[in-house]
Amino acid sequence: MVPEIGQFALILALLLALAQGVLPIVGAARANSAWVSVARPAAQGQFVFVAIAFGCLAWSFANNDFSVLNVATNSNSQLPLQYRIAATWGSHEGSLLLWVLMLGAWTVAVTVFSRHLPEEMVARVVGVMGLVSVGFLLFLLLTSNPFERLFPAAPDGRDLNPLLQDPGMVIHPPMLYMGYVGFSVAFAFAIAALLGGRLDATWARWSRPWTTLAWCFLTLGIMLGSWWAYYELGWGGWWFWDPVENASFMPWLFGTALIHSLAVTEKRGSFKSWTVLLAICAFSLSLLGTFLVRSGVLTSVHAFATDPKRGIFILAFLTVVIGGSLALFAWRAPRVGLGGKFEPVSRESMLLANNVLLVAAAGSVLLGTLYPLFLDALKLGKISVGPPYFDAVFVPLMTPAVFLMGVGPLARWKEASLPEIAVRLKWALGVSLLTALLLPFVMGRWTPLVAFGLLLGAWIIATSAVALKYRLSRHDGNNLWARLRAQPRSYYGMLLAHCGVAVFIIGVTLVKGYETERDVRMAVGDSVTVGSYAFRFDGVQEVSGPNYGGARGTIDVSRGGRHVKVLHPEKRVYHVQQMPMTEAAIDTGIFGDLYVSLGEPVSGGAWSVRVYHKPFVTWIWGGCIIMALGGLLALCDRRYRVSVRRSEAIVTAGGKKGAGASGAAA
Amino acid sequence: MNRFLVPLAVFIVMVAFLAVGLGLNPREVPSPLINKPAPAFRLPQLHLPDKTFSQQDMKGKVWLLNVWASWCVSCRQEHPVLMELAKSNAVPIYGLNYKDPRDDALAWLKQFGDPYVLSIADRDGRVGIDYGVYGVPETFVIDKEGAIRYKQIGPVTPEALRDKILPLVKALQS
Amino acid sequence: MRLLALTAMLLFACAAAAGDAVPTITDPVTNKRAVHLAEQLRCLVCQNQSIADSNAELAVDLRRQINEQIAQGRSDGEIVDFMVQRYGEFVLYRPPLNAVTLLLWFGPVLLFAAGLAVLIYNLRRRRAQRDEQPLTADQHKQAERLLAAGSEREHR
Repeated sequence: MVPEIGQFALILALLLALAQGVLPIVGAARANSAWVSVARPAAQGQFVFVAIAFGCLAWSFANNDFSVLNVATNSNSQLPLQYRIAATWGSHEGSLLLWVLMLGAWTVAVTVFSRHLPEEMVARVVGVMGLVSVGFLLFLLLTSNPFERLFPAAPDGRDLNPLLQDPGMVIHPPMLYMGYVGFSVAFAFAIAALLGGRLDATWARWSRPWTTLAWCFLTLGIMLGSWWAYYELGWGGWWFWDPVENASFMPWLFGTALIHSLAVTEKRGSFKSWTVLLAICAFSLSLLGTFLVRSGVLTSVHAFATDPKRGIFILAFLTVVIGGSLALFAWRAPRVGLGGKFEPVSRESMLLANNVLLVAAAGSVLLGTLYPLFLDALKLGKISVGPPYFDAVFVPLMTPAVFLMGVGPLARWKEASLPEIAVRLKWALGVSLLTALLLPFVMGRWTPLVAFGLLLGAWIIATSAVALKYRLSRHDGNNLWARLRAQPRSYYGMLLAHCGVAVFIIGVTLVKGYETERDVRMAVGDSVTVGSYAFRFDGVQEVSGPNYGGARGTIDVSRGGRHVKVLHPEKRVYHVQQMPMTEAAIDTGIFGDLYVSLGEPVSGGAWSVRVYHKPFVTWIWGGCIIMALGGLLALCDRRYRVSVRRSEAIVTAGGKKGAGASGAAA
Repeated sequence: MNRFLVPLAVFIVMVAFLAVGLGLNPREVPSPLINKPAPAFRLPQLHLPDKTFSQQDMKGKVWLLNVWASWCVSCRQEHPVLMELAKSNAVPIYGLNYKDPRDDALAWLKQFGDPYVLSIADRDGRVGIDYGVYGVPETFVIDKEGAIRYKQIGPVTPEALRDKILPLVKALQS
Repeated sequence: MRLLALTAMLLFACAAAAGDAVPTITDPVTNKRAVHLAEQLRCLVCQNQSIADSNAELAVDLRRQINEQIAQGRSDGEIVDFMVQRYGEFVLYRPPLNAVTLLLWFGPVLLFAAGLAVLIYNLRRRRAQRDEQPLTADQHKQAERLLAAGSEREHR
């Protein structure tokens, strides 16, 4: 019964999405206010039904309804409750339903927080999001129905992939999807602006908080995926340039370019058509990522089970949405003016340069990810593009961007003076160079790569300090605290986010430069030394969990003769899928991780064991969290919360031409 | 106007490639040994371990080398096809028993039937490495001069047999 | 270094039957060269891992091969060639640089150069843009009114 309700709810949601997608946009074009006002209720109704459908699927999982094919394929009665519920989004069908749910949630948020926007703009934005929902709901209902039945019902399920039975894996997809889907808001704003012909600084101000919020979620989502891979996969890696990882990283790069570009458009009215293009591309890359993961075109450890029919549908959907928006862009964007003038050396041009670098980096990642496909399609052979390529190509592109992170905030809008900036940055450069030269010795060994990484990280922090100092000094008279309070939150958000990048770079540099690994065969009582730590193998015991059995090792860690910790790495075999899994034991600390994973048993009660010392590895994810916090801080800036309607009244009252023009263009 | 069309143009090119990509298999690694001499080996036979067999022994004949193992699930899938092929006598099939304990291999052949003229035992997988084997089953078509002319990755399906292997064998035999 | 020696001594003293763990063939400290080579080769069975990281049987076999060849005195290039002869260029974790991959390796630099060129072109175009019209007296008054109203709200 419940699955049928879910199915029916999806169909109703599709109908509402159709209404939501078509009527408001047509209504806005024809100034039909009845149709325009359909937008909000239709969106809210659609969300309710999608939520009902999602709830039905989750209920089926929680209650072990194995007559639902999806539940039978991805769950099991021995699976603990929290993972049964998480299995709702563990499959292709379920994760798509999650996508649609989040799209609905973001749309509802737009309907609620847009009271100050002109109705026809809201209509277009909500309408575009409705059209995207239509695409996804059709895809669900036609090719990937989560409520498909299995008759006769299976006696028990095939269990959730053991790799997914983990808290990190539970939260990583929702976070990631919140980011992907969030970029649809920026996309919808861009399309609405192109449709309405209204592209100005106020449009940027409306889009910006939504984009920043989506970016924050995506940052956290990617960070969670990386962290999960680190502690779950058992060999201490945290980024593999896997096609699906790249599929999430490219929208992030474009999203970062977008939030910087929006800053310029908001402040100075410049870069308008470029910002619109970035918004279209960021969401397009999210959609492309969806295609790449689910179509079988690329292989990845992440890829869902593939089905060419699905691939064709998504590709068609992609072509319509992205092709359509790019065509709209080609048609309408030329009409948009250039916006504010600025000199070749100015904050605007530096932000533009930052954009060029980020887009080039994203383009390179796309090139590397799709290149094997290009060659294979052209019958030019089969190659594979692995991490060495991406590492070699990405770092040189990002280095100038990092350099600009220091210079940009000090540059004035419209016209900046390089000599003036150089004078202010002298100190920062000196400190950075000193850090790069001296700090590696503290860690034990100086290498050029480590020095380079530390130089970049220190540069960001030092220049941020200089920028803050300079900015505070402009408000002379008041005491320090008052001056600090007077700066807008968006400024602190920027500094914090940039410092997050610095922390990230430092983490990566130190881990790659100083991590040590030993891969050894240990009998009971054997020891191995890694760094300054001694690891003693104290044997292995049998353990069993709710749906697995396995071996649990005991490793005693000491340093300088003093006991530090006891670690318990495990090797599990999950009963249903008979899949062996390594559960590494990690001792996490700010200054580094101790990481132990069990390999295979060898003769005589001994085991092969991998032992790692990874200094400062948590800074990688800490840096990402700080970045996201910076974004959140910037979001809470007062100017987004002050009612815009009043300021609009002042502007339009002063210029009747302005009001008339916006009415005619709508 | 034209520079605004660039993103759309780039996108269309990419979609064209992706569409082609839907028909390709990214996991398949083609063999670099096609049209090259089959790597030399001399291995003990599975049923008669005192006797050996080498690819040299097949000079002047067209033959199939099928990589199989008792632990390989997909091998069971292709087995009926190989049995049919063996009965038809179109081309001799020789088995390369890959990383398999002898008893398991013999038991498997007893249970499912033996389509092979003979099987050789590659216990540690070295010959497999020489032939670029990365998964089981795989099948090689080797010509009269001892060169590999085709590699079937994965089970031999009736379609692959009908459309690729048998026509090639016929051409090579004439 | 002293810490290491001290630790070793203590361990030696404490554990009667226990000893130092024996490095496996994938130990990066004792088998640096082998691990370095293994990191350059892709594991064909598990997608997107090198044979250094992978625990698949084929990876184990290939690692053994590498060790044997090192013992036989082959050079790094020869060992990599051995693998490529058998598995094709797909097995290289780092794509080779040849005619077919030129676009791959130079693409990023080209993208950057193209972006930079477009950027510079646009900056030049802006410079050539007609200078902004100065404000009329009326527009000046309107601007002042707006600024006054704005700063009132700021201080609230």
